[in-house]
Amino acid sequence: MADATPLAPAGPPADDILRTRDGVPLKTTLRRVTRRQRLIALGLVMPLLVFIVVTFLAPIGMMLLRAVDNPVLQTQIPRTVALLASDWDGQGPPDERIFATLAEEMIQQYKAREIARVGTRLNYEQSGLRSLITKTARTIARRGTPPWKETFVAIDDRWGDAKTWGIIRQASSRYTPSFFLAAVDLRLDWRGDVVAQPEEKRIYGLMFGRTLWISALVTALCLALGFPLACLLASLPLRQSNLLMILVLLPFWTSLLVRTTAWIVLLQTEGVINDLLVWIGMLSDEGRIQMIYNQTGTIIAMTHILLPFMVLPIYSVMKTIPPTHMRAARSLGATPARAFREVYLPQTLPGVGAGAILVFILSVGYYITPALVGGRTGEMISNLIAYHMQKSLNWGLAAALGALLLAAVLVLYWLYNRLIGIDKMKFG
Amino acid sequence: MAETTDPFVRFQGIQKSYDGETLVVKDLWLDIAKGEFLTLLGPSGSGKTTCLMMLAGFETPTHGDIILDRTPINTVPPHRRGIGMVFQNYALFPHMSVAENVGYPLKVRGVGRADARDRVRRALDMVELGALGSRRPAQLSGGQQQRVALARALVFEPSLVLLDEPLGALDKTLREQMQYELKHIHETLGVTMVYVTHDQSEALTMSDRIAVFNDGVIQQLDQPSMLYEHPGNAFVAQFIGENNKLMGRVEDVAGDRCRVRADSGDLVEALAIRASGLGERTLMSLRPERVSVNPPPGSMPNVFDAEVLELIYLGDHLRSRMRVCGQTDFIVKVPNWAGHVHLRPGEHLTVGWHVEDCRALDA
Ligand SMILES: Nc1ncnc2c1ncn2[C@@H]1O[C@H](COP(=O)(O)OP(=O)(O)OP(=O)(O)O)[C@@H](O)[C@H]1O
Ligand SMILES: [Mg+2]
Repeated sequence: MADATPLAPAGPPADDILRTRDGVPLKTTLRRVTRRQRLIALGLVMPLLVFIVVTFLAPIGMMLLRAVDNPVLQTQIPRTVALLASDWDGQGPPDERIFATLAEEMIQQYKAREIARVGTRLNYEQSGLRSLITKTARTIARRGTPPWKETFVAIDDRWGDAKTWGIIRQASSRYTPSFFLAAVDLRLDWRGDVVAQPEEKRIYGLMFGRTLWISALVTALCLALGFPLACLLASLPLRQSNLLMILVLLPFWTSLLVRTTAWIVLLQTEGVINDLLVWIGMLSDEGRIQMIYNQTGTIIAMTHILLPFMVLPIYSVMKTIPPTHMRAARSLGATPARAFREVYLPQTLPGVGAGAILVFILSVGYYITPALVGGRTGEMISNLIAYHMQKSLNWGLAAALGALLLAAVLVLYWLYNRLIGIDKMKFG
Repeated sequence: MAETTDPFVRFQGIQKSYDGETLVVKDLWLDIAKGEFLTLLGPSGSGKTTCLMMLAGFETPTHGDIILDRTPINTVPPHRRGIGMVFQNYALFPHMSVAENVGYPLKVRGVGRADARDRVRRALDMVELGALGSRRPAQLSGGQQQRVALARALVFEPSLVLLDEPLGALDKTLREQMQYELKHIHETLGVTMVYVTHDQSEALTMSDRIAVFNDGVIQQLDQPSMLYEHPGNAFVAQFIGENNKLMGRVEDVAGDRCRVRADSGDLVEALAIRASGLGERTLMSLRPERVSVNPPPGSMPNVFDAEVLELIYLGDHLRSRMRVCGQTDFIVKVPNWAGHVHLRPGEHLTVGWHVEDCRALDA
């Protein structure tokens, strides 16, 4: 009918771009037509996008930044820092000019009641420096006179040691690796070399190791308990499986705190289980077992709390496996055990993978339960992070520990993707 | 009935109940000969699958014995029965390739690698899927999946293959093509096949014999043509093919013929299949294609007035709904050949049929 329309172009354009009838390239028209739809779609997801950026991406970014951020010395004693960087050779104590600058800035900060921040920051590098700074600042603010070098050394002879100045210079860079180093039991010595922490301060490696170990164990226990349960759920008739499902979900509907406290009631040395064992004579009254406020307690309580996260993905995958598959395998000659192993089990793997990675990631960052029932041996890395956030106020270290935890989870995720493939993961 | 002297499969008085309250299969006696293509045909819920599952070993009969090749198999577990089975939704294993699926029965039997590969290739060639061995089942069309399931059930050379509505999920053309291929494979391999369907045309095309099921009872067991032309009771007549029903009371029986007073008052002559007693109510069944429009006077004993109510053009024939003997759902099929009668709705005419085509059955 094109020949009947006066609008039809005289001939096709020379290039072979597809065009609409009035000669506009098809792609342009299509873009124009879909622009409105895309704008609307964008508008609809905008609130979510903003929410995610504000509550998720931004905090994580700030955490990563804080793990290397080091502003204290640069803002509190800026001129000393600058002079140390340019005019000190690192051999022996610096000259009088630097002492004088530091004295001036210390007095100034002391009067502004800010000097404690400098001390705290330096104390991360070398314990004892906080008291040195406070003591020196207090003394020179009251009755300090030049020559400053002699005055300082007279207050404490550590000021005559190049090591002290090295540490100050070390701690004064704008961005520092020292939090990350501390998080893996390393530190920079006053010369700027990476060395191991002294024996008694090496705790983070141990804690990371323990966290991974507990998480792996909890994941394995959840799998061992959850897989048969999911099997049962998937094979029972609807009415019974619904009832069982409610029992599985019940823990979800009670507060975490209540559940954890319930375990305390059950497991403590004067608790129900110990009482029962003593009562039936399996234990003597003195021989009650310590099942809580240690690693055992953490593992038991976490397994219980995380079990649904294992059961649900596995169950929902099992639900999609038609029962005829097992029958088909058996009609083809496989024994029930073999049919289960070779036909059923492989098909549940996406659910198992999803459940395992979910439980593992959740337990790596678990905090409340270890804090309540973990005691000393059941503490995990997140308890240390919380400690540095709330008690020691060493946020840099807390951020570095958190960043490492995040990295560990990402590595795990990457590994999982390489081995199983994330697109195969099914949560439901 | 076919040869009953040495049946390959024998259901001996099988009863089956799932809940202890109702019998899903009621007293089933059925012999299946070696190499036979037997179809279990029946409406949904009539117990066909249950019978098949009992034969395959996934359900145990509540009462009675199943004999396979002269051995009672009630206590033999499914994996040792050596019966090939094709499920309605194919039940292909999604985590295995097509070749692995087909090779699975050989793998569990410990067949050597080279031998197995050879047999898998032959099985896939047989269903014309030789080139697709490395694909996953999810990458195949429904018809192709169906063939894989078939190849898998045949590759270990079972002497008995059970098929539970294997073509139910395919579209019409594909289904017809697969029917033909299945039949062809059956003839080439000579295996015994028991086929379950609720599609009567499928059953008619493929089977050596058909067992028509209803309500856990075999209504009739016969060759397709016999079932169609000589249905033994009202249910079979209804279920197989299209059917006009005329209700009436037997007036007079002479030999194998009878005269029935239809409810409208017309007197119809029919074959007395299940109508012996005088005065008994009976249902006369009559195939729509056996009805002639405007028959020459005197050519048929049964000629009645009719009014065309509705016409549907179906290409190869015309379907017409008419009022005949007081009934408004009387269907007549008029073949669409040159010079056929031209019908118009509202038209009055006569219809007629032979005595042999009208069967008086149980009401
Ligand atoms: N596992 C079961 N438990 C209880 N009742 C069952 C079970 N399987 C089948 N039934 C009942 O047994 C009857 C026969 O079922 P069956 O599956 O044999 O029918 P069918 O002839 O194969 O029907 P369809 O054509 O719909 O497949 C039905 O009433 C069904 O509800
Ligand atoms: Mg069925």
